[in-house]
Amino acid sequence: MNPLSSFFSPQAVASVAFVMVVGLTIVGALIAVAARNIFHNVLGLAASLLGVSGLFLYLNSPFVALMEILIYVGAICIAICFAIMLSEPLHLPRPPRNKTKLLGAMVGAGAAFVFMALLVKKTKWIPAVERSKDWSITTIGHYLLTNYALIFELVSLLLLVAMLGAIVTARGGRGKP
Amino acid sequence: MLLFNQLQTYLYLALVLFAIGLYGVLARRNLIAVLISIELILNAASINFMAFNRFLAPHPAVGQVITLFIMAVAAAEAAIALSIIVAVYRKLKTVNIEEATELRG
Repeated sequence: MNPLSSFFSPQAVASVAFVMVVGLTIVGALIAVAARNIFHNVLGLAASLLGVSGLFLYLNSPFVALMEILIYVGAICIAICFAIMLSEPLHLPRPPRNKTKLLGAMVGAGAAFVFMALLVKKTKWIPAVERSKDWSITTIGHYLLTNYALIFELVSLLLLVAMLGAIVTARGGRGKP
Repeated sequence: MLLFNQLQTYLYLALVLFAIGLYGVLARRNLIAVLISIELILNAASINFMAFNRFLAPHPAVGQVITLFIMAVAAAEAAIALSIIVAVYRKLKTVNIEEATELRG
């Protein structure tokens, strides 16, 4: 095997693509929390969610990856854009950041990170003894309509209530002051 | 052992995403930015579910179903939170959480 063909082997290509997906996820997340312009935050969130859907592809679940793009990038990010347009104008001067608060947040998040990283390192992850090989979307559909039918219906009720609640909360006072 | 075939890779990645989201929730003052950070935290949870589903679970459909439920609940949460943000802006003319202190005693 010559070096060129080993460089383009499926494993190598998959590894490089994986590193790029991880980079997209983390850089997008950093933009989503660190940029000062709220619109850049939303774009960073969209990039990060695209990266997460790529991760779902690596985890053997193309259906969930597509749903991630459809629901998060397609619906939630767009809804956040609408909320930005309906709230504060972007050109107003913003109060300066509070350094102590930023430092405290960094320490808190860092402490949570270190604690849970130690937990991940320490735990022995044992796979189930007998693992099914059935990754088809048909099976997901069967599960949704048999074992998880009650939760499925509850989620649809939750979405209906959220929709009505959002309309009632956001509508009031177009005529009133 | 390839990097993307290990459970730990995904767990650490989800952890990084969670920590970034937690930092955003604690540090940002814009209500919409706080909501964006919460979405990041929910995604970290989804990655964890999918990783356990891929590497440990007895049946691979269960984790995907739970991730779909997380997405639906996140969508409902975003709709409610955004409508509250719009209502708060209309009432107080600000979306800064340090200025929205109507309930302070």
